Amino acid sequence: MDFNTTDEQSMLRDTVARYLADTYSFDNRMKTVHSGKGWNPAVWKAFAEELGILGAPFSEAHGGLGGGAVENMIVMEEIGRALVIEPYLPTVVIAGGALKATGGALAEAVIPEIIAGNAIIAFAYAEPQGRYNLADLRTTAKRDGAGYVLNGHKSVVYSAPYATHMLVTARTGGSQREAAGVSLFLIPANTKGVVRRDYPTVDGSAASEVYFENASIGADCLIGAEGESFPLLEQIVDEATAAVCAEACGVTRVLHATTLDYAKQRKQFGKAIGEFQVIQHRLVDMFMEVEQAVSITLMATLKLDTAERGQAVSAAKAKVGKAAKFVGQNAVQIHGGIGISNELAVGHYFKRSTMIESQFGSVDHHLRRYEKLAID
Amino acid sequence: MDLNFSAEDIAFRDEVRAFIRDSYPAHLNGKIDEGEELSKEDFLSWHKVLAAKGWIAPAWPTEYGGTGWTSVQRYIWSEETARADAIRLMPFGLSMVGPVIYTFGTPEQKAKFLPRILSGDDWWCQGYSEPGAGSDLANLRTKAERFTGEDGKEYYRVNGQKTWTTLAQHADWGFFLVRTDPTVKAQEGISFLLIDMKTPGITVRPIITLGGEHEVNEVWLEDVIVPVENRVFHENKGWTCAKFLLAHERTGIAGVAASKRGVERIKNIARAELDEGEMLLANPFFKRKIAELEVDLSALEFTELRTLAGESSGKGPGPESSLLKIKGTEIQQRITELALEAAGHYGAPYYRGFGEGDNEHPIGPDYTHRTAPTYFNVRKTSIYGGSNEIQRNIIAKMVLGL
Repeated sequence: MDFNTTDEQSMLRDTVARYLADTYSFDNRMKTVHSGKGWNPAVWKAFAEELGILGAPFSEAHGGLGGGAVENMIVMEEIGRALVIEPYLPTVVIAGGALKATGGALAEAVIPEIIAGNAIIAFAYAEPQGRYNLADLRTTAKRDGAGYVLNGHKSVVYSAPYATHMLVTARTGGSQREAAGVSLFLIPANTKGVVRRDYPTVDGSAASEVYFENASIGADCLIGAEGESFPLLEQIVDEATAAVCAEACGVTRVLHATTLDYAKQRKQFGKAIGEFQVIQHRLVDMFMEVEQAVSITLMATLKLDTAERGQAVSAAKAKVGKAAKFVGQNAVQIHGGIGISNELAVGHYFKRSTMIESQFGSVDHHLRRYEKLAID
Repeated sequence: MDLNFSAEDIAFRDEVRAFIRDSYPAHLNGKIDEGEELSKEDFLSWHKVLAAKGWIAPAWPTEYGGTGWTSVQRYIWSEETARADAIRLMPFGLSMVGPVIYTFGTPEQKAKFLPRILSGDDWWCQGYSEPGAGSDLANLRTKAERFTGEDGKEYYRVNGQKTWTTLAQHADWGFFLVRTDPTVKAQEGISFLLIDMKTPGITVRPIITLGGEHEVNEVWLEDVIVPVENRVFHENKGWTCAKFLLAHERTGIAGVAASKRGVERIKNIARAELDEGEMLLANPFFKRKIAELEVDLSALEFTELRTLAGESSGKGPGPESSLLKIKGTEIQQRITELALEAAGHYGAPYYRGFGEGDNEHPIGPDYTHRTAPTYFNVRKTSIYGGSNEIQRNIIAKMVLGL
């Protein structure tokens, strides 16, 4: 049992943190957000070429850094701290995770492209009726000659407007919420019959409603065995959920630090508001929430390859979701009026922390899943 | 980073498990499960087994009788003793005054007191709180006046009142905070004295708490004569010892391993109790409370593990341990709340214990007998050791710089 990071892991954290501190200021981020493109390709190029972090969780044989879940946690926490909107999560953690888990020709071809920064992959898994049930799929992939034809509607696909590929869940069999019959495909984003309605999200990113209208894809787009990918889907979503928890740790750490700093500066009734015990105790409660979020995220990350993966991840997301709400709401409250203006960074951290609350499942969803997996 | 135990750690765990199985006093079995009040003999029987084995003080430096275990081994030890439902050890000697003596004491004090703490020959109590000094501990009034005795030696004459003194009725010795200089700032006039509880002038009076237990006492001191060599550290510097002790007291206070067993016990109750014809554990509202409790306990466990990892890399217990105290005690209290809730109607019957010669079984299932007294009793945890509000003050000042 060991909770220390290796020298390589510490270096990875320092490298990412230094780059983001130097180049990813709040003003620069907001320029990208206001550009309407949803990302800054120059940042992505730097991630690939200057920092090499797009290879963090991949093997050295693929040109990666030979890391795994802990490396993803480290990068995602820094992404949270700087409120990065570029698509490390869907491209590296999720699509990369699926390819790593399955291997084969597709993995051999695409992983080096991810590491090089050429492949940008959006994760099209949610559907309007499905809420957080990964198996609740109406999107179908029907056999058609050598390939498949996709039909269906995917909800709120982050990064889809600028992605080169999409990782898509679709039914090749089974009924609407059945685990059997779920398949995973990695398709080119410009496939004919893939129709997007693009829009900005409240937390600064870009997303799309994605419609498949008789979109023909090759058999080589299939990841894993046809109709048997539900366990793989659960695994990569658990990995993604742990990564989002790590992002939330970064976001809430900044929310707390910013608010603490503000409470020491802001004067009312002739003294800093941080001198009032009611504010002090609120800031302590926020501090405790952040520390516990960090702790349980570590637990989930370290249990990703154990039999307790599902219950550990759901425990973490439930705890982190509550922490994100508590810390975000109180950060705004302690800032007072200025906390609700769009000009300060704190409000934008609050927006991201709020979206994280429900990303890959709300607190209620994960408590219910925890109950199913852990309590009988 | 790695969650797995090494082969050495697994071997250690097996050794510990076998030792507890073979050596835990049989007459203590079930005492934790049923929330029984423990006698002095109960406490000492397990203490003496561990003392004989040399495992009584894992946290102490080896030169004073510690085990030299790694933080992981200490974690395994606390997990295994909780798993076996072993009774807790009294902290007053082992976790409180012992570390103060080996950190601040003279060679003579170490030689005189430490071996008898380890062996269990001396039972210690803590003379801190007073009627006017609770959270504001530095406001204590018990005074110690120095004088030269007829034998030419230096003594203190101690007068005052201490309260909430846990199990002082069993105590051989007490460590007391007393005021030796009333003219300076409150914290600067306090000294730390070791007092033989058989000294004339000491009166111990019971306070019966909400659960009906005689656990705490008032301790009156009237012209109690204490030799100056029983003072630890410098005169008027007792606050340094007091703060050190409080930080030490807080690290073990999270009680994660024991709370895990507590959650298991509630789940067993909720499997046995019926609600709408089904087991109570199937009630979605009750189940949700269990889930939230387990989630919070996991977060606390990993917070403690992170703290232990920090300690093993050289950081002593710091103000972060206040977090463990707050969250640990909140969870302990929620466990007793849920146990009482699960007991339903049978929380109500007043349970007097199942004494010698009783031939009628107490009312209700066994697991319900002490749910209410335990719930009432455990309200103490968010008050003692520095109330949870004081812990927040400590974090605000020491961690957040407010």
